[in-house]
Amino acid sequence: MKRKERIDRGLKVRTEGHYAISSLEEIGYLVGPRLLLILGVLLLPIILELAPYWKRVVNIMCVYAVLALAFDFLANYVGLVCLGGALFIGVGGYLAAIFNVYLSMPFWLSIPLATISGAFLCTLLILPCLPLRGVYFAIVTLMYPILISRIIEAFNILGGTNGISGVDSLPGEYVEEYTIIIVMLVALFAMRRLVNQDMGLVLRAVKDNDQSVRASGINVTHMKSIAVFIASLMGCFGGAYLAHLYMWAGLSLFALDFSIIPIAAVVMGGGGTLVGAVIGCFILVPLSEFLRFFGTFRIVIYCALLTGFIVFKSEGIMVYATRKYHQFERWVKV
Amino acid sequence: MEIIIYGIINSIILSLMSLGFALVYSISRLPNFAHGALYITAGYIVWLLVNKAGLPYLPSILLGLGATGLIGALMYRFIIIRIRGMEISEIIGTYAIGLAIIEGLRWGGLRGMTYTLPVFVQGSMSIGGVTVDYHRLIIVGAGVLTFALLFLFTRYNRIGLALRGIAQDERAAMMLGIDSDMTAIISLAIGSGLAGLAAVLLLPLGNIVVEQGYNVLIFAVAVCIIGGLGSWTGTIVAAFIIGFAQILTETFISSHFVMVVALLAIIVTLLIKPSGIFGKQKELEERV
Repeated sequence: MKRKERIDRGLKVRTEGHYAISSLEEIGYLVGPRLLLILGVLLLPIILELAPYWKRVVNIMCVYAVLALAFDFLANYVGLVCLGGALFIGVGGYLAAIFNVYLSMPFWLSIPLATISGAFLCTLLILPCLPLRGVYFAIVTLMYPILISRIIEAFNILGGTNGISGVDSLPGEYVEEYTIIIVMLVALFAMRRLVNQDMGLVLRAVKDNDQSVRASGINVTHMKSIAVFIASLMGCFGGAYLAHLYMWAGLSLFALDFSIIPIAAVVMGGGGTLVGAVIGCFILVPLSEFLRFFGTFRIVIYCALLTGFIVFKSEGIMVYATRKYHQFERWVKV
Repeated sequence: MEIIIYGIINSIILSLMSLGFALVYSISRLPNFAHGALYITAGYIVWLLVNKAGLPYLPSILLGLGATGLIGALMYRFIIIRIRGMEISEIIGTYAIGLAIIEGLRWGGLRGMTYTLPVFVQGSMSIGGVTVDYHRLIIVGAGVLTFALLFLFTRYNRIGLALRGIAQDERAAMMLGIDSDMTAIISLAIGSGLAGLAAVLLLPLGNIVVEQGYNVLIFAVAVCIIGGLGSWTGTIVAAFIIGFAQILTETFISSHFVMVVALLAIIVTLLIKPSGIFGKQKELEERV
């Protein structure tokens, strides 16, 4: 008889999260995966010179990754399940288009301005729903993008169903690619730091037991609104960038894709790991490109994957992979 | 007069759409976001049975309702049962299933061509100077009949009483030997069947289009939230409120705003009184 024995690596056993490093090997063991991700993503545009079509896909993939980070942060560190990622994208995109086309600002002014003002606008919109919890918050945020796109349609404002066209494109392919890649990496590592700061601790406490946070004299709604502001900063940047990438802002920025793909990516990648959200996007978005041939059938495949992961493997890829990375496995005689 | 008559009809239509959703939520606390998908599936199955299999109308309707109920039950038995109780997983899971069904149907050819179901009885009559076709009258009749049957079922039937028991207090009901999962399966089967019934009654008024699935879901959620999730009286009252509000906006403003009214109503209700007009039980839990 044999059985599989699993032993944690020495570094993992001594500490978790904070590491006391005693050899070069251990440094490599810790830095390796992180460096692999950073360098891999940074080199992607250069590698993809061979296949120019996929460069576009990398851009969109990174937009989704930023959005997924925002969703993961809100859902797993603050406890606000925001099903309306499309709200952030849409508001950011439309604002960037307004600044660029109607007020003729250059792109380096319109993107940051749209990001910040969009984040204020989204926070203001979500502010009244912050006291809600669970299902109720999810439903309201699901309704917002639909409501706004219906209002734009009904009043026929901001270009109506045609959208605003004639937005400036970004100068050069490499600017286009490295803008979003660097923002994505910065957002990822900044969020990882943030959730381990004091503020992240308070936010996690809000998620677990808001009454105790309140009892400690901290304003829960204030903390939540800061978190929503941070998340919508990321989302609105994605929207503003997309508007400049497509040279167009239209109702499709409020489309369901922007709400459902980040959620699927987070569920697949592993909720609460932040890196998992990015990895999930790196799997799902190229997959959807491969499946372009099938038309709407790819949404069916997404949903099947999403249901499969949420039902059978709810911990996600990243948590699983981390566990395996920290362990030796060997067969021993019983 | 026209506003009153069409307001009543519209309200009955809305309450038929949302009845299945309300029933499933009130009994098993399960937000069934696949409701719209089940609605459209039922319509498609009946269409298939009538046009492809060549069955007469009435048997194919009954078969279609049965099939939809079965789909709901299977969905619970094999998928939702594993994520029961995890609220967010329930929402994402059922929503994903619904989306998969709707987009699958769209991919499978439910587009372009017009798919229609025939009305039950042709012709129309006038009530107080307003012409109303017979089919809409049948809808009103069937709606009232469904409410009555459900009312009787949940009060004078063993299974119905078990369902109400679970709805009121799950633990106490389980101590009395009522199987929670079994009642959830039954409630989902009935809820899906009701979605199918709504589809069979309402789809002859227009075409079978996939977008209808999303609209039905939004209306159902709107009605249930405004009436208070889990309250049946609330559902019917809210259906009448939204129904009349929609007819009023349609006559006095523009038909573009019909959906906006429903969405705004959800948001306003959730902000002012998240438990809805008639939902009392969870008032404390929902707000900080």
